[in-house]
Amino acid sequence: MNIQLVEKLKKTANDIRILSIKAVYNAQSGHPGGSLSIADIMSYLYFYKMNVDENNPKMLERDRFVLSKGHASPALYSTLALRGFFPTEDLKGFRRKDSYLQGHPVMNKVPGVDMTTGSLGQGFSASCGMAIGCLKQNLPSKVYCILGDGELEEGQVWEAAMFAAHYKLRNLCIFVDFNGLQIDGNICDVMNPTPIDKKFEAFNWHVQVIDGHRFDEIDEAVTAAEQDDRPSAIVCKTVKGKGVSYMENNYKWHGQAPNKELYEQAMNDLKGVK
Amino acid sequence: METEKKATRLGYGSALADLGDKYNFYVMDADLSKSTMTDLFKQKYPDRFINCGIAEANMMSSAAGLSTLGIPVFASTFAMFAAGRAFEQVRNAIAYPNLNVKIGATHAGITVGEDGATHQCCEDIALMRAIPNIKIFCPADYTEAYSCVEEALKINGPVYIRLGRYNVPVIFDKDNYKFEFGKAITLADGKDIAIFTTGVMVAAALDARKQLMLNGIDAAVINISTIKPIDCDSIVHYASKCGKIITAEEHSIIGGLGSAVAEVLAERQYAKLYRIGMHDEFGRSGKASELLDLYGLNAQNIIEKAKAMCR
Repeated sequence: MNIQLVEKLKKTANDIRILSIKAVYNAQSGHPGGSLSIADIMSYLYFYKMNVDENNPKMLERDRFVLSKGHASPALYSTLALRGFFPTEDLKGFRRKDSYLQGHPVMNKVPGVDMTTGSLGQGFSASCGMAIGCLKQNLPSKVYCILGDGELEEGQVWEAAMFAAHYKLRNLCIFVDFNGLQIDGNICDVMNPTPIDKKFEAFNWHVQVIDGHRFDEIDEAVTAAEQDDRPSAIVCKTVKGKGVSYMENNYKWHGQAPNKELYEQAMNDLKGVK
Repeated sequence: METEKKATRLGYGSALADLGDKYNFYVMDADLSKSTMTDLFKQKYPDRFINCGIAEANMMSSAAGLSTLGIPVFASTFAMFAAGRAFEQVRNAIAYPNLNVKIGATHAGITVGEDGATHQCCEDIALMRAIPNIKIFCPADYTEAYSCVEEALKINGPVYIRLGRYNVPVIFDKDNYKFEFGKAITLADGKDIAIFTTGVMVAAALDARKQLMLNGIDAAVINISTIKPIDCDSIVHYASKCGKIITAEEHSIIGGLGSAVAEVLAERQYAKLYRIGMHDEFGRSGKASELLDLYGLNAQNIIEKAKAMCR
């Protein structure tokens, strides 16, 4: 990846963070922490990697994306808006009664959303269904899916992991947003899902562990994933609340909105326009 | 002559296998393909059959994802696991986005028999009825089960098909029968009492009608093979005409056909009602025929209740 590209993706990731915080602040409701931690992955996928067309969101041969940790919808909506799937002004309606931007993503209502998610574990399974379908239909499509680390506590995740390996879903690439925190605290205190990499290896996956905020590492991992005939898990070490000083590594910002003062501070941190 | 008996699951499996050429669809199963009869499809179309192993939650959400490619998916397992274990997957991944997944749920009700209460699902209609977007079919015999599969394919959205393991009389002639979505089917008209019934209990209701006739009671028998959306007009018609209704189902009287009929009666046209079904209790191990008698899911009980209501 050249420097210009990395700078562009960084800037886009920052824009995703700004729009995510704005959406949550406007709604006074939503999940900022886990939206900020995946912003770089979202930027990489939608502004570099994925074959999608904002003018033809249902294009059959497109790559698919499933946000299995659907509560990070601010990051997904912000990404899709920036990519041109719908106007960024619509983000103001996030979580409001008359908006199509529901608290958790809903397909068919939001252009560019490939799967309805929010109930943890299910998006991963759905991405497996998409991946096996794309292989059987001889589509060139890749299926990308982001899971939370806390989400790995859902039993269904391991049913899906077994399924994907059994059917050698080489077109499936998941990112685990390993930020170490869930609603009730540190994942290792609540219900320890580690070692994540060893678990996926035991399930016969191709596994890599990277810094989820570094575009060169993300790109190298995705490229390596494509060379393997197994499904790929990229365990991304991330910082929950990345980019907003008081939110970083603080589980309390999993699912609450900032007040005016903290919102302004967040915009200062992100150098966004208030 | 003894009536031929076949299980509704066989009608389902046979239809899938026969329709494989005419329609493009996938079939998923959770390690029960020989029991759900999806094995018949697997033999003919192995490339379009996906065994998900003993993992029903993943199967339902995967079926949802697969269907987004624009090809319908039949997901099959026992009713207990389809509607029970994977309830939330059916609700959130299939029904909420209104995806084109058909759930072929076999081994419903107590006629599972010897396996006992853990496998005897008498709550699935109640569970599925409460979910928006889902249509519910409950065929009465092999022919209806066979016929409803193609109708399910014509609906662009989720359908729950309730099927049984038990061999029940073949009521309908395969060459002349066509399942009609959303329509109550009056199998016999009558003026004294109306028996609304579904699934296994349809044959019993027809038997009961014959006996009642000898006792001077003219009973209508109506087959409700589409439980949702229910044919309100038919219920209102018979409530008005007979004033007395019995519902008979191999399901809990809470939330099933009996409840659905009661809702219509309460809102649109009063009639005296008695619900035959499982009375807020779990089943037990035994032969299917023995269990049907034990829980009053038979012609005799329908006759007794009808006589009492017409007295």
